[in-house]
Amino acid sequence: MSQQPSIFDILGPIMIGPSSSHTAGASRIGYIARQLLHDEPKKAVITLYNSFAKTHKGHGTDKAIIGGILGFGPDDERIRESHELAKKQGLEWEFQFRGDATKFHSNTARVKLFGKKGGAVEVVGASLGGGRIRIQEIEGFPVDFTAQAHTLVIIADDIPGSIKNISGAIAEHGVNIANMFVSRNETKANMVIELDQAVNAETLQKIESLSWVRFVRHVEPMTEHSSRYEK
Amino acid sequence: MEFNLLADIAEYCAREKKDMAQAMLDYEMKNKHLSREDVYSGLKRVLLTMEDSVEQGLTQMVISPSGMLNNWAKTVYNSKTETLGPRLKKAIARAIAVGEVNACMGKIAAAPTAGSAGIMPAVLVTMIEEHNIPREKLLDGLLVSSAVGLIFAKNSSFAGSEAGCMGETGSAAAMAAATIVYLLGGTNDQILEAVGFALKASMGLVCDPVGGLVEEPCTTRNAVGVANAFVSAQMALAGIKSLIPVDEVIFATKEVGDLMSPRLKESGQGGLANTKTGRDIQKRVFRTAE
Ligand code: SF4
Repeated sequence: MSQQPSIFDILGPIMIGPSSSHTAGASRIGYIARQLLHDEPKKAVITLYNSFAKTHKGHGTDKAIIGGILGFGPDDERIRESHELAKKQGLEWEFQFRGDATKFHSNTARVKLFGKKGGAVEVVGASLGGGRIRIQEIEGFPVDFTAQAHTLVIIADDIPGSIKNISGAIAEHGVNIANMFVSRNETKANMVIELDQAVNAETLQKIESLSWVRFVRHVEPMTEHSSRYEK
Repeated sequence: MEFNLLADIAEYCAREKKDMAQAMLDYEMKNKHLSREDVYSGLKRVLLTMEDSVEQGLTQMVISPSGMLNNWAKTVYNSKTETLGPRLKKAIARAIAVGEVNACMGKIAAAPTAGSAGIMPAVLVTMIEEHNIPREKLLDGLLVSSAVGLIFAKNSSFAGSEAGCMGETGSAAAMAAATIVYLLGGTNDQILEAVGFALKASMGLVCDPVGGLVEEPCTTRNAVGVANAFVSAQMALAGIKSLIPVDEVIFATKEVGDLMSPRLKESGQGGLANTKTGRDIQKRVFRTAE
């Protein structure tokens, strides 16, 4: 039996209006970018595509994305004042707009974040409606995940045995891999691994300590409870 | 546990000797591995959000950033002229209240969508006010509404871009009609009849929001959705029957949605969005907002 919808897909999400795709989904894309940066962001460069570019103001898409980058969930009323709050926290940001990027879904955002500790990350996500999103690109690698499960994002040198090593490290702690998605460029491989439960810090450290691993992030499943998000 | 038709749910109820709220409770607990308390605490959060959004729209200043909505809920609520007494007037003001709160980036519970989020709260608050329904019981009313939403989502669509506004305010009115019948002690058959009436009244409704914003005509369509819900519930409770069985009505909404031109489904290319005034508003809003 395929997975049945929850009654809370129908009665919900609880969200800041006005639009589940242009507001709630947008905040989630910002929030995923923050998790992937894994640091306090000091600068954000955001490109809005297509419908996001055309109607962002009327839907508060710009406030929602900045809210997400600050760590606010889609139902967090601070989204309304996110620009003022971001200024107070010393976050600088810049929006760019591309109205006709046919290769992207109609509600797409690219978020590039720079962290206070010097790291940076670039993410492209699409908002699918009903607050659901799909992450489509991380650091130039094509990916495809919805952040409804615990997800590991790993970038590593593309050496033989890399996938086996990483899945081994996860299995060692009894965590099941639900899905795995690998993409490659000339020298590196990107792995997106959806898990049945969270991995512990030890597993993460173990993967991170492998000399050929460049980047490891744990993305938590997106739920509407803002208590799950940073306050 | 899987329900594909409203008739499946009714059958389950008959077999297990349960009402529709209990059937949906079983559904959620089994499929999502939740306890009874988990489900009810989730429902409580939804109800609280709904009540707050009505309250906010009726008490606070709500002028949408585009300027299209300007404290209409209070205007209707306080109107001296009453077409059918204070009850209908107040009920529809509550739906407008949520629409305005939503447009002003307030907190709402989508039910089933953000655009149609005013209908369920307006109906629930009205059922407390006018029928003294205890708040606990409203949670069961929400469960009943979710049965309708579940089957509608499976066999038709909530997306304005697929089923037009029939999929948003139409399905919300149907969910709300079911809730009213349930809360007033109607039978499962009557619940299904009410859903049928509400959907038939929304058949073919287009999605044509001005400037692509969830304001005009969305907000007033929510008000009409509340009226639709009460009218449909009234007919069903009186005992008249929707001649086309409700599951067939839902399949018809899918067919009609598919047949509707894409220009009339959230694309901004037809209907009110494409009127001279609609275009003028769009230009004004997006110029001044930049
Ligand atoms: S007109 Fe379109 S956007 Fe507005 S409520 Fe109806 S379906 Fe939603």
